[in-house]
Amino acid sequence: MTEEIIIAGFGGQGVLSMGKILAYSGIMQDQEVSWMPSYGPEMRGGTANVIVIVSDERISSPILTIFDTAIILNQQSMDKFEKSVRPGGVLLYDPNGITRHPVRKDITIYQIEGAQLAAEMGNTKIFNMIVLGAFLKVKPIVLLENVIKGLKKSLPERYHKLIPMNEDALTMGMKNVVCSNSLN
Amino acid sequence: MAEITFEDIVKPENLVYKKTDLMTDKALSYCPGCGHGTAHRIVMEIIEELGLEEKTIGVAPVGCSVLAYEFMNIDMTQAAHGRAPAVATGIKRVYPDKIVFTYQGDGDLAAIGTAETIHACNRGEKIVIIFVNNGIYGMTGGQMAPTTLPGMKSSTSPFGRDVESMGNPLKMTELVAQLPGTYFVTRQAVHTPAAVRRAKKSIRKAFENQVNKKPGISFVEIVSNCNSGWKMTPTDSNKWMEDNMFPFYPLGDIKVDGQLVK
Amino acid sequence: MGELKLMKGNEALAEAAIRAGADAYFGYPITPQSEVIEYLMAEKPYDRTGMVVLQAESEIAAINMVYGAAGAGKRVLTSSSSPGVSLKQEGISYIAGSELPCVYANVVRGGPGLGTIQPSQADYFQSTKGGGHGDYKQIVLAPASVQEMSDFVKLGFDLAFQYRIPVLILSDGVIGQMMEKVELFDQIPRLTDEEVAEKYPWATTGKKKGTERRIITSLDLDSNKMEEHNLHLQRKYKTIVENEVRYELIDCDDAEYIIVAYGSSARISQKAVQMARKKGIKVGLFRLITLFPFPAKQMQELCKKGVKGWLAVEMSAGQMVEDVMLSVKGCAKVEHFGRFGGIVHTPEEVLRALEEKIIGD
Ligand SMILES: Cc1ncc(C[n+]2csc(CCOP(=O)(O)OP(=O)(O)O)c2C)c(N)n1
Ligand code: SF4
Ligand SMILES: [Mg+2]
Repeated sequence: MTEEIIIAGFGGQGVLSMGKILAYSGIMQDQEVSWMPSYGPEMRGGTANVIVIVSDERISSPILTIFDTAIILNQQSMDKFEKSVRPGGVLLYDPNGITRHPVRKDITIYQIEGAQLAAEMGNTKIFNMIVLGAFLKVKPIVLLENVIKGLKKSLPERYHKLIPMNEDALTMGMKNVVCSNSLN
Repeated sequence: MAEITFEDIVKPENLVYKKTDLMTDKALSYCPGCGHGTAHRIVMEIIEELGLEEKTIGVAPVGCSVLAYEFMNIDMTQAAHGRAPAVATGIKRVYPDKIVFTYQGDGDLAAIGTAETIHACNRGEKIVIIFVNNGIYGMTGGQMAPTTLPGMKSSTSPFGRDVESMGNPLKMTELVAQLPGTYFVTRQAVHTPAAVRRAKKSIRKAFENQVNKKPGISFVEIVSNCNSGWKMTPTDSNKWMEDNMFPFYPLGDIKVDGQLVK
Repeated sequence: MGELKLMKGNEALAEAAIRAGADAYFGYPITPQSEVIEYLMAEKPYDRTGMVVLQAESEIAAINMVYGAAGAGKRVLTSSSSPGVSLKQEGISYIAGSELPCVYANVVRGGPGLGTIQPSQADYFQSTKGGGHGDYKQIVLAPASVQEMSDFVKLGFDLAFQYRIPVLILSDGVIGQMMEKVELFDQIPRLTDEEVAEKYPWATTGKKKGTERRIITSLDLDSNKMEEHNLHLQRKYKTIVENEVRYELIDCDDAEYIIVAYGSSARISQKAVQMARKKGIKVGLFRLITLFPFPAKQMQELCKKGVKGWLAVEMSAGQMVEDVMLSVKGCAKVEHFGRFGGIVHTPEEVLRALEEKIIGD
């Protein structure tokens, strides 16, 4: 199994940390992982993206142009990365703020109302965990328990009390992801 | 009366002066009359008198005293031009209990190494800096230094230093005295026995400060001659130094025990 | 098994420095390697092992601090990125000239000048052909993973002290910024001052009465002696060439074509090799681990086995390719494919270059 993912959105949406949690979960189940962010001034306030690869084998290139899955969280990233999904691949996005929705017919498209759900849950910070939950529902490449393990490992002790809330967010994402095209 | 032999004279009870063992027997390569040799000797005498030989590491500069390590009979590292304070910082930080000093000329310390000097002083590195200011680049043949006096001739200011176009002489010692990281800052000379005695006292204080882990750098400037670079006889150069250098670079303590001298 | 962590390359290098028993790190911030000193400052290595971390006033000061402490026998390192490494060159030449051990890392960004903060491999010439003044060499290790960013710190110190030579870890913005799983090696204790004095009699640790003083210098005004010293250095470099070549061959057994690459280019090229193999192209990857010493002999051997073409893939306008040409000595075609100025080539581009430049005609 090798899953090549790009997560793209605004700086501040938790794009990089979502990728990091995913990568950590992969380590928890003995997989190889790589996490390659865009870095530099581009990140300041503008777009942020990270390529995450989770694989059973040694990972070759950490930098890719074609992905199994694109997780897209703003319009600029939609414009840039819709075309980068491998035919037959997955595009998952939050429709909030998207004015030009994806149109490809050769990929499966999913929506998650992450921003809205986070607002309903009263905590905008768990937005990225909702989206991650949605992704894991579509592509269960790592087990939920390993995500929690990864969180425990990567978060300093003083933040462990926030783990149950993150778990709720993941479940919320899993429950609310919807397929928005009729490929399958 | 029996003839007096060599052995009759060379007896411990007749000893009036002995070269410190911390100077090697190698003949000094400095021009006759140059102040560097005296400055070397008194630094080494103090290290011997304080019993610091086994734990002292010296840093030689680039300049006439680049070969200080040939004459100073202790462990020495030769630094790139201007970098001695950084080299000394590196040594002192990994050996906080050893004694570390730099020995630098004015071109080395106040031109190319200005940043290293200011920042080592500002960090308050617990080292000693011996700064030999002869107002010129001796080693490379008498070019203008940052310390060259207004109107003073050098091979790159052949008509005299024109401050308008060449800038003003830099009083590095007064400058570093303003930094909170300096603990002892003084300006001395070594051209007369009395001056040597005073300079030695200052150098002793500087090393004692380090031994006693006083907070900050001890910085000793020695205003010196460069008879070759100044194109004078040694005697004339010392006279010229008294008449011209001392008024601009007045001798005496500038900061003692962390307090500026009023 | 050692502790597993998800880390950036820069962080792994910093953590490895602490674990390798380093006595000090001296550095100055520059993107894309500032995480090294940031990580070290946050980790408080002084409390963990007694290791000193100091933010210097410049890269020049940092490398000279390394020079001083290395001359006193301590395990010290610095790191920077291209513009800062240019500033360090004088110091590195001094370290090479006075035969001191040290490790330093260059997390390369695009140049020339201030260039860009994005990844590049355009400092290959600087790293392998001198950089500073004089006839000297340094061992150059090229990590291609976060794991190697950690492992090469330990290896680097071992080689640095074995040969009394500067060891450069030549990384780039990709390897420095990416996170991967890394297995950290166990803490190696720092040497005590007494152990340093005993192990490294050449180090300036303070002259004991009745012993010879130690002098750390690269100067000799007597040219005959300087030539002798140079010959001694050259003999040392020859020993290193004979004993310390490191590389990795991937899919080279039956290869008709070979891609040569190092660092992140090797990772990208490995993907291109996988893609090519799927198309039935018999191509392999020669991944350089040491850039000096360069595996010239090993390339010649592959030539004898009938390799028809070599593609040098690097994020530069063509630097490493010169060494490939010198190594294979005209036995087969050598071409270069590079993106530069901070652009990272894609696996698809590498595959296309292979097809067009090497196989195509
Ligand atoms: C990087 C570098 N630049 C220039 C030189 C040439 N150089 C050697 S000594 C020197 C001036 C030394 O003057 P100073 O520090 O005043 O020492 P003095 O000889 O007067 O005691 C210069 C410019 C050098 N060795 N290295
Ligand atoms: S050139 Fe000047 S500083 Fe150098 S040794 Fe001669 S007199 Fe002294
Ligand atoms: Mg001078």
